[in-house]
Amino acid sequence: MKATLVVFLKEVRENLRDRRTVINSLITGPLMAPIIFVILINTLITRELDKAEKPLPLPVVGAENAPNLVAALKQQNVEIKPGPADAERAVHEQDEDVVLRIPADFEKAWDKGEPAQVEVIFDESQRDAGSSVGRLRGLLDQYSQRGGALRLLARGLSPSITKPLAIADRDQSTPQSRSSGLFSMLPYFFILGGFIGGMALAIDTTAGERERQSLEPLLANPVPRWQILAGKLGATTAFAIATVFLSIIAFSIVGQLMPTEKIGMSLEIGVRFVACTLFVMLPLAALLAALQTLVAAFAKSYREAQTYVSLMMLVPVIPTLILTVLPLKQQLWMYAVPLMGQQMTINRLLRGDYVPASGLVLSFVCTSIAVLILCALTVRIYRSERLAISA
Amino acid sequence: MIEIKQLHKTFGKVVAVDDVSFIARDGEITGLLGPNGAGKTTTLRCLYTLMKPVRGQILVDGIDASTDPVSVRRRLGVLPDARGLYKRLTARENIAYFGQLHGLDDKTIRTRTDAAIVGLDMRDFADRRTEGFSQGQRVKTAIARALIHDPKNVILDEPTNGLDVMATRAMREFLKRLKGEGRCVLFSSHIMQEVAALCDRIVVIAKGRVVADESPQALRDQTGEANLEDAFVKLIGTDEGLAA
Repeated sequence: MKATLVVFLKEVRENLRDRRTVINSLITGPLMAPIIFVILINTLITRELDKAEKPLPLPVVGAENAPNLVAALKQQNVEIKPGPADAERAVHEQDEDVVLRIPADFEKAWDKGEPAQVEVIFDESQRDAGSSVGRLRGLLDQYSQRGGALRLLARGLSPSITKPLAIADRDQSTPQSRSSGLFSMLPYFFILGGFIGGMALAIDTTAGERERQSLEPLLANPVPRWQILAGKLGATTAFAIATVFLSIIAFSIVGQLMPTEKIGMSLEIGVRFVACTLFVMLPLAALLAALQTLVAAFAKSYREAQTYVSLMMLVPVIPTLILTVLPLKQQLWMYAVPLMGQQMTINRLLRGDYVPASGLVLSFVCTSIAVLILCALTVRIYRSERLAISA
Repeated sequence: MIEIKQLHKTFGKVVAVDDVSFIARDGEITGLLGPNGAGKTTTLRCLYTLMKPVRGQILVDGIDASTDPVSVRRRLGVLPDARGLYKRLTARENIAYFGQLHGLDDKTIRTRTDAAIVGLDMRDFADRRTEGFSQGQRVKTAIARALIHDPKNVILDEPTNGLDVMATRAMREFLKRLKGEGRCVLFSSHIMQEVAALCDRIVVIAKGRVVADESPQALRDQTGEANLEDAFVKLIGTDEGLAA
């Protein structure tokens, strides 16, 4: 086993001297995702906050047809603007989020006690406009209900007879669980971090070593091939783990900087989170390293290996997709599935939910078994004669 | 001492090595001579256990390569055709890496590396990273790391490939020195003059078969040609792939 350590130390030392690998594995890998994440979330949060507090600009076509309605809207912090000539076109071209059109016969219908129509022109597919549309709808509903209540009172009836049902919302979410939707990408970022961290080494120690023609002399040493491979896998795993660790730390710092509490959410990355996440990510990092090494060992050249390994970056998305498309009820056996177990653990931790110890252990053990199977496969490939020969 | 008996190796339907047998003795330089594609490299690769022969036996100092490949590799110093170095390590670190893989302690590695640096005249570049080394510097580093464990048997696959005249001469002197130290030196080449100047024994391989296994003088006598190059052409039956 001493040879394994020698190989491990040499690979770590050599790759630490490679500026590109260090930047990719230990800087870009762990930091890129949190930074993109912060920028994204921050814009999202500030925009939501802006929208809720700012006056709602509203182009109105035919404002003169319903002066009372317009006055009521103005009171509710709506900034009435003259409507565009072609309302549909203005919305379609995204010049306006939403346009209100009041037909000429509004006043007549209202006075007769008939439903008076107003048109809200918007584009459902413009997600950005959603909150403006929602706000306007709410205001119009309020106005409509007030009008209805006044009419009932005028006829000597209680407005409550039109409300046979009283709905009371009892939201069971906590600030943490509300944020978990927002942070559901987080596990993927951690997994991706591990992936990026190990990538350079997985390729460099296999396809790269062969392409540089140093594998044949290496294998001429009196060391069984599996020991050499174990050292290489160990170095790749170490880089992957380092990346995951740095990325968790980066996120926990970044979590503090995000004004999530303003929108009633919270992101808590404490000691328990870090410990549990590292525990389940440890075998996963080894699994990704083994998978990358296996794929890279098949490749004939460095470039080919890079292509294969990059394509594999899609693999960690699979459980995320499955969980999104099929919202399965979380069950214990799912912890046994590599990637899915990690995904579930991190998600539950983020929601502030309890993660059963059995789940943690199951995830760790099953992922480790998958690692052993992959290692055995990689060793088989390493035994083949084809592997050592460059050219 | 290296003994190869009825070695047979195929790749799919292609027969690369066909019943090759020869012996390389201690204190002698044995040349494996043949045109390109004759099976020299494959024979050597089987010898240092990178490949498994289909049939045949390989003994290094009496140890069977098929039953104990690790011990065989321990007794061999190998300069393969591929002699890539780790470019982000210095020449000295490249050498030390192989020393550690042989299980040598740091002190032994240091003294032997120092000796090799003097012996191979590597002082100018020993502590530089190997990126950007000249072909000659590369080969010297590769030889130093191949011999770090002081092996009794030394195998070199086309050692003068890509070297200039001066470096080639230095390489010849180096091989003679290894022989003088009582080692068993086996090297492959397709260059006539080189083999003629160096070898105690020449094994000529063509199309995967041994066509002659003699001393240089006996080879000339056998073919009736005064010139070794002519003798060689006559033996392999073609001048295809012959390069001087």
